[in-house]
Amino acid sequence: MSSLTGIGGRLHRGDTSIDFIGKRRRWYGVSAVLIAVSAIALFTQGLHLGIEFKGGSAFTVTTSSPTIAQARTALTSAGVTSETVIQKIGSNKIRVQTGALTNAVSNAVQDALAKEFNVKVDSIDTQSIGPSWGKEITHKALYGLFGFIFVVMIYLAIAFEPKMAVAAIAAVVHDVFITVGIYALVGFDVTPATVIGFLTILGYSLYDTVVVFDKVRENTRTITSTGKSTYSQAVNLAVNQTLVRSFNTSLIALLPVASILFVGAGLLGAGTLKDLSLALFIGLATGTYSSIFIASPILASLREREPAMQALAKRVATRTGASTSTVAVETAVRAVNAADVKADRVRGPRNQPKRKPRRR
Amino acid sequence: MSANTPKSMKTPSHSGRTIAILALVVIAFGVLAGFTGATKIKLGLDLRGGTSVTLQPRVSAGGKVTSAAIDQAVSIIRQRVNSLGVAESEVSAQGSGTNRQIVISVPGETGRRVVELVGQTAELRFRQVLAEGAGNATSAATSTATTPKTATSPAKTVPTYPNGVTAELDAKFAALDCTKAANRQGGGGDSADAVTISCSRAGDAKYILAPAEVLGRQVSKATAAIDQQGASGWYVLLNFNGEGTTKFGALTTRVTKLATPQNQVAIVLDGLVVSAPRINEAINTGNAQITGNFTQTDAQDLSNVLKYGALPLAFDRGEVQQISPTLGADQLHAGLLAGLIGIGLVLLYSLLYYKGLGLVSFGSLLVASVITYLSFLLLGKWIGFTLTLAGIAGAIVSVGITADSFIVYFERLRDEVRDGRTLRTAVEAGWARARHTIVVADFVSLIAATLLYFFAVGGVRGFAFTLGLTTLVDLVVVFFFTKPIMTVLSRIPYFATGRPLSGLSAKSLGVVTGKEA
Repeated sequence: MSSLTGIGGRLHRGDTSIDFIGKRRRWYGVSAVLIAVSAIALFTQGLHLGIEFKGGSAFTVTTSSPTIAQARTALTSAGVTSETVIQKIGSNKIRVQTGALTNAVSNAVQDALAKEFNVKVDSIDTQSIGPSWGKEITHKALYGLFGFIFVVMIYLAIAFEPKMAVAAIAAVVHDVFITVGIYALVGFDVTPATVIGFLTILGYSLYDTVVVFDKVRENTRTITSTGKSTYSQAVNLAVNQTLVRSFNTSLIALLPVASILFVGAGLLGAGTLKDLSLALFIGLATGTYSSIFIASPILASLREREPAMQALAKRVATRTGASTSTVAVETAVRAVNAADVKADRVRGPRNQPKRKPRRR
Repeated sequence: MSANTPKSMKTPSHSGRTIAILALVVIAFGVLAGFTGATKIKLGLDLRGGTSVTLQPRVSAGGKVTSAAIDQAVSIIRQRVNSLGVAESEVSAQGSGTNRQIVISVPGETGRRVVELVGQTAELRFRQVLAEGAGNATSAATSTATTPKTATSPAKTVPTYPNGVTAELDAKFAALDCTKAANRQGGGGDSADAVTISCSRAGDAKYILAPAEVLGRQVSKATAAIDQQGASGWYVLLNFNGEGTTKFGALTTRVTKLATPQNQVAIVLDGLVVSAPRINEAINTGNAQITGNFTQTDAQDLSNVLKYGALPLAFDRGEVQQISPTLGADQLHAGLLAGLIGIGLVLLYSLLYYKGLGLVSFGSLLVASVITYLSFLLLGKWIGFTLTLAGIAGAIVSVGITADSFIVYFERLRDEVRDGRTLRTAVEAGWARARHTIVVADFVSLIAATLLYFFAVGGVRGFAFTLGLTTLVDLVVVFFFTKPIMTVLSRIPYFATGRPLSGLSAKSLGVVTGKEA
């Protein structure tokens, strides 16, 4: 643990610096591949939609040692044979899923199950969803998605800079795409709880990005007047400085989600808790990745196009001199990180006696 | 780091006062909860068992779904559900505008009855009154005996029943007790083509009614109006369409010559009599006026019934969920267990990583939990907030968000110490920077929660609500607890000098150069 905390200090000063921005082409490449895979999976496999989206009924019977054969007998006697899925959950639950049923047939299934498993009709947990309901839910989810992106973009543009808003939203779209891709690829069930999870990820992914960008803004405030580092370098420093926080945050966010996933899947089987936490789990991981590897590099790319920032990059390149043969920003980053930024940032405590920091 | 000494430099006494005030407020809310009897969090149906049905309005031929029509439907369904007599049943419209769903939740094991009850379409019908009586059951076998308190007696000699009324029906009519909610269920009971018995909505009267002659869809318009000069006060203006005009004309021409109560036409909505005005003259123009001792509300309610009864809303069963109390209890336990494990892991990690500072997270999370718990209690009392499984999940997820606020602050604080500040000044300088980040990040979280809340129904709303609520709690805790307590701690030598377990030692901050790799 202490070596980990030590990293925090070195990252802060720029002693240890991981070149996220300079190598951005690589990360863009990785993400492009992931997105392509997601798109292919989505088109070839499609999403595995739960009954909430396509309509259908699910009956859960809780009794001691139920068998799948019993459930099948009950279904046959109720006259429902097509589109059925029977699952055993834990040792004492059996879940029967059917296509959309009329109320009468649904009652018949309940009665047959109650008889077969010798339980009271009222103790059977039933969920039934009309076919048009799914459309409604899908629409709502889409409205939610676009509404959210729109409002947050405006908010970030006001709170930060318009280009930060663009970069942050690009990262969010990236996350949603990849998460959906994973769902298509693995074939996890998509339920409304999954959709809630997706939407929450949007919030979380942005939250993470906001923290990094806040530091970026601080580091770049006086950048043009000091002329010590390019915009990209300043962004890279910010990403490195917030790296420990990003790591801690993601871990701490994942811990409760993991506990929901564990308890939800372990104790309850399929259901709200499992679906929600699975989506969050996957989304949080991509969200952390994107705020470091996608959002910040995109921001740097966008800002480096500005004439003022290009002029700055030239000045910095001249200052650092020999080590950079071209003015290309990517190559300049490393040299400056090693020399200039480090010297600049570490003025304070490094040369001071231990434990007696100079008071400012 | 070019920051000057921040403006918000606070003395420890200020901080102590802030914490004390927060403690007082929390205690005050706790006492308030105790006094108002809010001692238990209201649990959603998925945590205690029950039936919930979500109905989606469907546009029937020629009609359109209007917001007022949905309100009307909610009141009709509420009437039906209340007749079950199950405590804490709820009927509400969720969503916005005409794109709303009606959500019915009934706790306990009533499953099937609820589902059947709420799915029926409500219709408006006009029927001639054949006999009228007071609401309570009467032992007498004939309608003559059921003398209502005000009106003249049904005035029929014992053996001659009005047209279509059989002795059997009359006996049923006498036995009917409209004062019992269960008999005012509405719904299926009234067949349009048969003589039927029916209660008034309020339960104070009962009727034998002739087959329906005019239907709700034959009403084209209904408005409440006030007679400025005349003494009649509020009344309802009713217009029929072509078909309705003919039929209503025929009905009124016939009944107006009859004696009371057969000269009355009952307006029956969903099997219950809303009003049974006497017909004074034949109305062939298609424009009727209903007068009575109406208050403004009475007149408007009646006109609404007539107006929206004219567009009988049909509903699709969007979602039906029947959860047994056993599963409810399982889900509750699972949710609580997940929450405990989640908080436990977060605390463990922050203690391992931030050592002494981890205690601050511990205290802050504790305060946040207490405030959240009290909010659940009080909001349950005030706005009927119910905690669902999705809500619990929202609260657990927000543990991460709350903990993150501390991480942002601690990391900033440690950065400041790395830059050579003393802890005392770093606490303030770090806060000035972290504050902005925390507020912006929490605000994004709030936007997400608000949008989720307004764009969704059912479980999603519960999730969004607790997510939003706990984000607000996070802001309160960070501003009024975490920050002040750090100011206080920074005066304690153990932390200020960066002892090994304080989480601020030079070693753990990586201030030491060279030796450590």
